[in-house]
Amino acid sequence: MLQRLSHLLGTEALTSEQIAFILDQAKPFQEFQRHPLKKLATLRGKTVAMAFFESSTRTRISFTTAAARLGADTMALQAESSSLKKGESLLDTVRTLEAMRPDGIVIRHASSGAPDFVARRLEIPVVNAGDGTHEHPTQALLDALTIRDRKGKLEGRNVTILGDILHSRVARSNIHLLSKFGVRITLCGPAMWVPRELERLAANLRVVHRVEEALDGADVVMVLRVQTERIHEPALAPDEYIAGYQLTPARLRLAQPDALVLHPGPIVRGLEIDSAVADGPQSGVLEQVTNGLAIRMALLYHLIGGAAADAPHPAKDRSNASD
Amino acid sequence: MRVVEKRQLLSAEEIGRTLSRLAHEIVENSGGAKDLALIGVRRRGVPLSERLAKQIRDFAKADVPVGTLDITLYRDDLSTIGQQPVVQSTQIDFPVDDRDLVIVDDVLYTGRTIRAAMNGLFDLGRPRRIRLCVLIDRGHRELPVEASFIGRTVQTSDTEIVEVRLQEIDGEERVVLVDRVP
Repeated sequence: MLQRLSHLLGTEALTSEQIAFILDQAKPFQEFQRHPLKKLATLRGKTVAMAFFESSTRTRISFTTAAARLGADTMALQAESSSLKKGESLLDTVRTLEAMRPDGIVIRHASSGAPDFVARRLEIPVVNAGDGTHEHPTQALLDALTIRDRKGKLEGRNVTILGDILHSRVARSNIHLLSKFGVRITLCGPAMWVPRELERLAANLRVVHRVEEALDGADVVMVLRVQTERIHEPALAPDEYIAGYQLTPARLRLAQPDALVLHPGPIVRGLEIDSAVADGPQSGVLEQVTNGLAIRMALLYHLIGGAAADAPHPAKDRSNASD
Repeated sequence: MRVVEKRQLLSAEEIGRTLSRLAHEIVENSGGAKDLALIGVRRRGVPLSERLAKQIRDFAKADVPVGTLDITLYRDDLSTIGQQPVVQSTQIDFPVDDRDLVIVDDVLYTGRTIRAAMNGLFDLGRPRRIRLCVLIDRGHRELPVEASFIGRTVQTSDTEIVEVRLQEIDGEERVVLVDRVP
């Protein structure tokens, strides 16, 4: 029997069954994005608090849209305009939000572990929308969904992650998730961003510093954004990064002929990726955005949507019980 | 709580004859099969709708499109206890606008499933007409919903359950009335 989630704090603690369940549950929501009327009443009367203590555009819009399409209302807290600027502690802010009785809370915070800290103190489901350099689980789930759609399955695929792995919560969530499905992972980037110690994160994981070697035979190439805001010293000149690691059409030809290119966005064109690749036929970037909505809808439904009072066991439902 | 079988309502042969009659009634009352489409409600409405479409293809030489509707997201009885229903896919690969739709389900009981199914269909467009075809109408309506095509009307008490068992899902073919006894 599947263990129902009470929070989503990261992919590390999830079982492969739980991950597969969320991916499967996202399928009907993928179809739903093509409906002419994109509004359900499933979470009508529920409220989801959006606590973004760190600036975010796409993740915040994606969660807000996912909640809206399920019929839920949202209340938003933005770092720039919040009382955080006035010195309120994280716990006080979150308790204040909780006192307004939301049914779930989505948190992004610059400190690793902040969602976990909050989850241990609140009664409602907490979703991590990115915490420091720790995890960004919904991004890894939507990446996995995109890979599964394009490549049929996750098992046995070669996935190369390119860029600043050390500071990337996207990379960390992806490594934890993919390694549970027997994916062979290659990490590649400048040595100060991709230290050897990362090989201890998972089995079937290797660190490579030459991009040509990392791309050879890859089924999926995941390009990370070079995160200037998380690097306090300019450790590497952009020209050097471009020369060594930019994903160009010529380099992409070293991967499998139909290799899928992913990027969590926002893309810095001409830095980590060449425009011809970002917009090319192998790019799954826009699918990732749509899949993000499906994953977040599935997740909010799972965490906040209730069960049917008389719900039959899925394996042996009887017509009248569900009538 | 135990569940005991009280009596058989329909045999495999009777299910077959009933579906054949329902298929003829649907075509006859629709002035032909033009614009007609069947929508099977998960789970047992799905094989029933496929069988009806096959019958119509055989005797009316008309291909009636068949869609599948999952109503989980439209239910009105989600609470915070118990088992959460799993969302399955809705597959309706044709535009429902201006279509003459027939919702197909196994048992009509409270009418809430059909209310949910209609909400689901309206999210996909604006059908010209929606009618309902059920194998068994067992009464006890909680909403003003009636079926246009009924296989068999059965008087039941509200502790009883009508179980439709179909080859495609249950590996056997019959309809039985069971009762819950303490």
